[in-house]
Amino acid sequence: MQSSQTLSRANLAGWLYVSPLVLVLVPFFVAPILVVLAASFFATDGFGGLTPDFTLASYIDVLHSALTLKLYLATIKFTVLTWIFTLIIGFFVAYFLVFHVRNQLLAIGLFLLCTVPFWTSNIIRMISWIPLLGKEGLINQALLALGMIRQPLEVLLFSDLAVVIAYVHQLTIFMIVPIFNSMARIDKKLIEAAIDAGASRFDIMRLIVVPMSKSGIALGTIFVVSIVMGDFFVVKVMSGGGSASVVSAFYEDVGVLQYPTAAASAVLLTLALVAIVSLILRTVDIRQEITR
Amino acid sequence: MSAVLADMPETVAPATTKAIAPSRGQRPWTFYVLATLFAFYVLALYGPMFCIYILSFQDIRGGLVFPMKGTSLHWFVDLFTQVRTGDVKGSFDRSIKLAIIVTAITVVVSFLAGLGFRRRFRGDTVVFYMMIGSLVAPGLVLGLGTGLLFQALGLNASWYTSALGAQLSWTLPFGVLVMFAVMSRFNQVWEEAAYDLGASRWQSIRLVMIPVLAPGLVAVALFGFTLSYDEFARSLQTAGSLNTLPLEIWSMTLNVTSPSLYALGTVTTIVSFIVIGASLGSIVLIQKKRGSSTKG
Repeated sequence: MQSSQTLSRANLAGWLYVSPLVLVLVPFFVAPILVVLAASFFATDGFGGLTPDFTLASYIDVLHSALTLKLYLATIKFTVLTWIFTLIIGFFVAYFLVFHVRNQLLAIGLFLLCTVPFWTSNIIRMISWIPLLGKEGLINQALLALGMIRQPLEVLLFSDLAVVIAYVHQLTIFMIVPIFNSMARIDKKLIEAAIDAGASRFDIMRLIVVPMSKSGIALGTIFVVSIVMGDFFVVKVMSGGGSASVVSAFYEDVGVLQYPTAAASAVLLTLALVAIVSLILRTVDIRQEITR
Repeated sequence: MSAVLADMPETVAPATTKAIAPSRGQRPWTFYVLATLFAFYVLALYGPMFCIYILSFQDIRGGLVFPMKGTSLHWFVDLFTQVRTGDVKGSFDRSIKLAIIVTAITVVVSFLAGLGFRRRFRGDTVVFYMMIGSLVAPGLVLGLGTGLLFQALGLNASWYTSALGAQLSWTLPFGVLVMFAVMSRFNQVWEEAAYDLGASRWQSIRLVMIPVLAPGLVAVALFGFTLSYDEFARSLQTAGSLNTLPLEIWSMTLNVTSPSLYALGTVTTIVSFIVIGASLGSIVLIQKKRGSSTKG
């Protein structure tokens, strides 16, 4: 009796604390998703008007299109490449800040140094590669001056390479922050004990640092993967229109008022994302971080 | 109880001295390797941006690439006076206001949700996955859904209603996840001690949790501000007739190919430096205050 009463009180308190969050997420996440889901089953008159019929025509269109596979392959390629580079750079930058910088204020200062560029517009940051990567950009000028190339490299800008560079440039911070957070929680005594017990540097990394940063890595992965898969403007601008991803195709569909097709492809992408994220959450229980 | 007390100096010490440095003495070779990596990372992070800051100070002959052609403030004046560059001043104003509102709401709501999620309650998993869903859902799709929803309900989309909500659906999951990380470092013993000393729930939040978690809350605020200030995908279909700054920049990239664009980058960065300076300053201030009160 006593326990059930405290349980229901705990339930009430829990809901009270999260109610503001729920009050934002229901109208601005759940409802819009349902609207998109509904729109994906509607028919269209081709001019942006929707007729509330139930039809699977949009899904059949999307799934039968050869373009769909191409778009998904491109999206997966960008996601995997960006993930690998942001993880490697983010992990070692966080490791450096946590384990090698001895002054805490300096560590925080350097950490903030990494975050400052993320305070400016994504688009401006993306455009800032033009003076460097462009045909008459600094890298080409330097390589020409050194005599390493005779023709300016055109592959640097408006290419898949430029897309990945822009993603890594923008998203590494989303790896650094959570990994830094979980690494900062590792008790230094544990590492000293491991050293005393004769562990090598590699063993410490493999047996202590990586396992204990897992939740940070998982969080960073969720951030990076979801942002890359949901992005359209980096692909659109940095590839110079040469490449497309699932969402940039969605953007074009919305532009020409093909709402049902766009909605159907959005629903499929969202399902794919949900699958990926639940897989990550299965391997690492982020909730455990606070509820244990 | 005595075990808890005996533990106290051990658990309190890291919070005050917070020894991030692992050991003293000689630096291992890995230090130099990682320091080099870090330097390259920072260089790659700032290099391109400094290029556009420098290029924004060209004179009227200026182009989008080096070499630099003269020096003047021409493009800054151009940015705020020319009609063809759009309503930069108005959108700048709106973006700052919106970011401040979003930050305030994000900090409060994330903090409360962080408190709520510390204990299991019935249906917590539903809320948790709703949040994760809001985080991973492609922004453009959510924005379109929100736009269509407002249309269906006969409401006008504007930056302070639909775009505010759309941005919160983006900043709140980040805020709560950062809060998770911050909370997991919070030692529950302090809160229990507050209750033992007769504090009410509100008192323990106000007098124990908020002061202890203050640096983390500043971090949540930083996240909230950045994500809102840069937010583009979710605002695109929800901002209504008046643009926010990223939307203005987006339309500028499509029809302005002059250093005005770079000048805008420089201006937004100055704002960012001010904001980050204030945040860093307040964190330092909090730590300092904490240090002196521990000694005193």
